[in-house]
Amino acid sequence: MISTTADKNRKKTRIRLWSVAFWLLLWEIVSRIIGQEILLVSPVSVIRRLFELGTEADFWSSVAYSFGRIIGGFLLAACCGVLLAGAGAACRFVRELAAPAMAAVKATPVASFIILVLIWVPSRNLSVVISFLMVLPVIYTNVLNGIQSTDRKLLEMTEVFDVSPWRRIKYIYMSSVLPYFRAGCSLGLGLCWKAGVAAEVIGIPAGSIGEKLYEAKVYLETPDLFSWTIVIIILSIAFEKIFLLLTDLLVGRVERR
Amino acid sequence: MDIEIRNLSKSYNGKKVLDNVSCRFKEGSITLVMAPSGQGKTTLLRILMGLEEADSGEIDGLDGRKMGAVFQEDRLCRNLSPVSNIRLVCRKNITKTEIIEAMDAVGIAGCASQPVRELSGGMCRRVAILRALLSDSSILLMDEPFKGLDRETKLIVMDYTKSKYNGRTVILVTHDEAEALYMAGEDSGRICRI
Repeated sequence: MISTTADKNRKKTRIRLWSVAFWLLLWEIVSRIIGQEILLVSPVSVIRRLFELGTEADFWSSVAYSFGRIIGGFLLAACCGVLLAGAGAACRFVRELAAPAMAAVKATPVASFIILVLIWVPSRNLSVVISFLMVLPVIYTNVLNGIQSTDRKLLEMTEVFDVSPWRRIKYIYMSSVLPYFRAGCSLGLGLCWKAGVAAEVIGIPAGSIGEKLYEAKVYLETPDLFSWTIVIIILSIAFEKIFLLLTDLLVGRVERR
Repeated sequence: MDIEIRNLSKSYNGKKVLDNVSCRFKEGSITLVMAPSGQGKTTLLRILMGLEEADSGEIDGLDGRKMGAVFQEDRLCRNLSPVSNIRLVCRKNITKTEIIEAMDAVGIAGCASQPVRELSGGMCRRVAILRALLSDSSILLMDEPFKGLDRETKLIVMDYTKSKYNGRTVILVTHDEAEALYMAGEDSGRICRI
């Protein structure tokens, strides 16, 4: 779950334009060979449908609906995960208390959670809860590991100089935890979109992206299915980039103060 | 108030590193602690810093007093600039100009806003020394502070340290006889051998 090596390997795993072009070309060729849009729609049709959807008000309201709930769940989990990890690092009891709960949440299949949560909360709030549950253990584990791997020698230095707890957090812990928090957010954002949309497909809240995917499945609208999937990918990647950039800027600003 | 240690002993895994060490560190002056490598100098400082507990013995004169330290390693925040590293341990009203003037005196004013990770070992060492000297402390504990500095820089930094410890109680650990004699000046009584 903890992956701070992501940054080190970034150069190796960077997506190249030529490789994207290759896969799009392959997709176009295979769809032409098959010749049936229901089985495999061509990328050209998907892009055309995507532009059509973009002109509809319903499209934007569905995007806003799902984005608000899934990202709401993510942000809530990020805040709770950081606070809980802070408490866990400071107090062994909290750490031991949280350990089985986090392990259970991590191991439970998303589908089980979706069905269970659907009994407890209205379907319109399902994706918030599911997104929260998927992200919380990731952020908690990563941030806790970040805190625990803070340089002991620097902490000794702050102890000797009697540096205030706020300055310790600001200058020592924040830069130590940041790579772990970033890796957790990156992983959590991918998970929350996958699980959140899956929850919407099962709960079918009116006006959500999940509902649109469900309708695409029912009416065999493969171009819609692909278009909505691309929308989800774009939202997920764009939000991840913006969120991590803002996190870096915020941490940099706090450290410089 | 003088700092006094009496019959201090410390062992690690049955191996004695400090054996009944007694010494008095005079208030407001520099005391050099000398011993060959591996004879417990760092352990003594760590006990005085409160980072280790002695197995037996007594320490007087430390209660409630603020400390500054130069560790064997630089222990700087690598992402922060020298100015931020120094500010981290200083009183709130220390100005950037004061810090840069101090940096200028030891020849590192040019790197004031560079992240520490980009500085050479000698520059980092000088930042660590300045951090201790500019800190709001009444006791300075320095563990081989001039290690790694070239001869010329070492003389500049030693002179600066002597001029800027401002009446604080300084306990400076070294195994370098020449360095100890230079820091102690005429008064070789301020050298404590353990």
